[in-house]
Amino acid sequence: MVFNPNSGFLYIIAVIMILFVIAQSLFFLIRAYRRARTIGMDMAQVRKTIISTAIFTIAPAVSILLGVVTLSKFIGLPLPWIRLSVIGAITYELPAATTTANALGISLSETIVDPRAYSAIAWVMTLGIIPSIVLVPILLKRIQKGILSIKNKDSKWGDLFITAMFLGMIAAFLGMVFSDVRNGLVGWIPIFVLLFSALLMGISGLLIKVCKMKWLQNYALPFSMLGAMAFAAVITPIIVK
Amino acid sequence: MKKSYDDMSHYYGRLWIWTAVVMLFCVPIAICIHYNAWPGFTPVLKGLIGVAPIYWTVGTIEVITYTPMLGTSGSYLGFVTGNLTNLKVPSALNAMENAGVKSGTEEGEVISTIAIATSSIVTTIVIAIGVLLLAQLAPIINSPALKPAFENILPSLFGGLAVVYVSKNWKLSLAPLLFMIVLFLLVPSLASSVGILVPVGALISIGAARILYKKNMI
Repeated sequence: MVFNPNSGFLYIIAVIMILFVIAQSLFFLIRAYRRARTIGMDMAQVRKTIISTAIFTIAPAVSILLGVVTLSKFIGLPLPWIRLSVIGAITYELPAATTTANALGISLSETIVDPRAYSAIAWVMTLGIIPSIVLVPILLKRIQKGILSIKNKDSKWGDLFITAMFLGMIAAFLGMVFSDVRNGLVGWIPIFVLLFSALLMGISGLLIKVCKMKWLQNYALPFSMLGAMAFAAVITPIIVK
Repeated sequence: MKKSYDDMSHYYGRLWIWTAVVMLFCVPIAICIHYNAWPGFTPVLKGLIGVAPIYWTVGTIEVITYTPMLGTSGSYLGFVTGNLTNLKVPSALNAMENAGVKSGTEEGEVISTIAIATSSIVTTIVIAIGVLLLAQLAPIINSPALKPAFENILPSLFGGLAVVYVSKNWKLSLAPLLFMIVLFLLVPSLASSVGILVPVGALISIGAARILYKKNMI
């Protein structure tokens, strides 16, 4: 059988996986929505959360789609489609495909034709991310108990502990933005973009507080992110000449 | 005795996540059977040696770091749908912030779940539309004009997010921020393994918070 990484069979598998993810998401969405009503939450705010999250998601989702497109040149569309819709992230899938291809001595410049190499890549992609998914049902209750016991002992410290964790994550990504500074002005682009995004968020904060534009609150993050992305598209051609 | 909402979240969450594990394994198994192409142990091992040490560590770290932020249902769902750092965690944090609820409370749990579920559905739809219309869309999303925009998606996202959190907790932020900026300036190659540095940042941040708290400075 001639192997085609874009075969109908692989698309069928992809569609089944995608339907599964949508079903799981809908299940938890409906369940949480009903719970919000039961415990008397402000349903207008809940609906705003849905709309603003949907808007916020579009740009990152398109960047994930770019990852699918990148991988598809080598391993066809269905496998990257599955991988990036379930657990995956391009930061993992691309190295997984590359290292396996290198180990098998296959070039990454052409579409794969060897079904064994293809299945090896599929296995490496699957096995490589298994801890992230298997450890959640095993560890989640224990982690929650740990956090709860910290909170029960000292509730102020418990809150600080969680906030400190958020900040640790944000600090790692903010620090990463500085990693290209040695490359000259081009390396400063991500920092300019970061500062521009921060500026837009700051302006949004002022508009919300001073001008009482309450509605903006839910859209401040997508607004800052998209604005900063547009800023990147404008300044990059000027700086990189 | 009637089980609580949280108990049932764990029950449904486990049911979905273990089903997802089985389905995930079905993908390579189905490929091997259909094409009669079992790769053999060695190629898979060789590929795995290249990525597993880093990604198993990052995966484990992500579970420990992100589950307290995402809540019960959010964790069971977010870890199946993936793209946590660049999408699910920021969207959950932002939604809780806007709704004025805290993670760890029932309201926080509900809002975080709704944000992660919405984000997962929208992502899946966007990718599906993109795959279906690839021929038409590829020239646009791959255009050189838009390339810098997508290359800078992380600074665009974290710049705004940082303002919200850093401005509220600037004393807590100083130590991890300074450490990370200096570290990346000294060792730029670490950018590719930023996942491992998330818990390092968290530990420094928690350590600094503890000292400030003990000295009554926060």
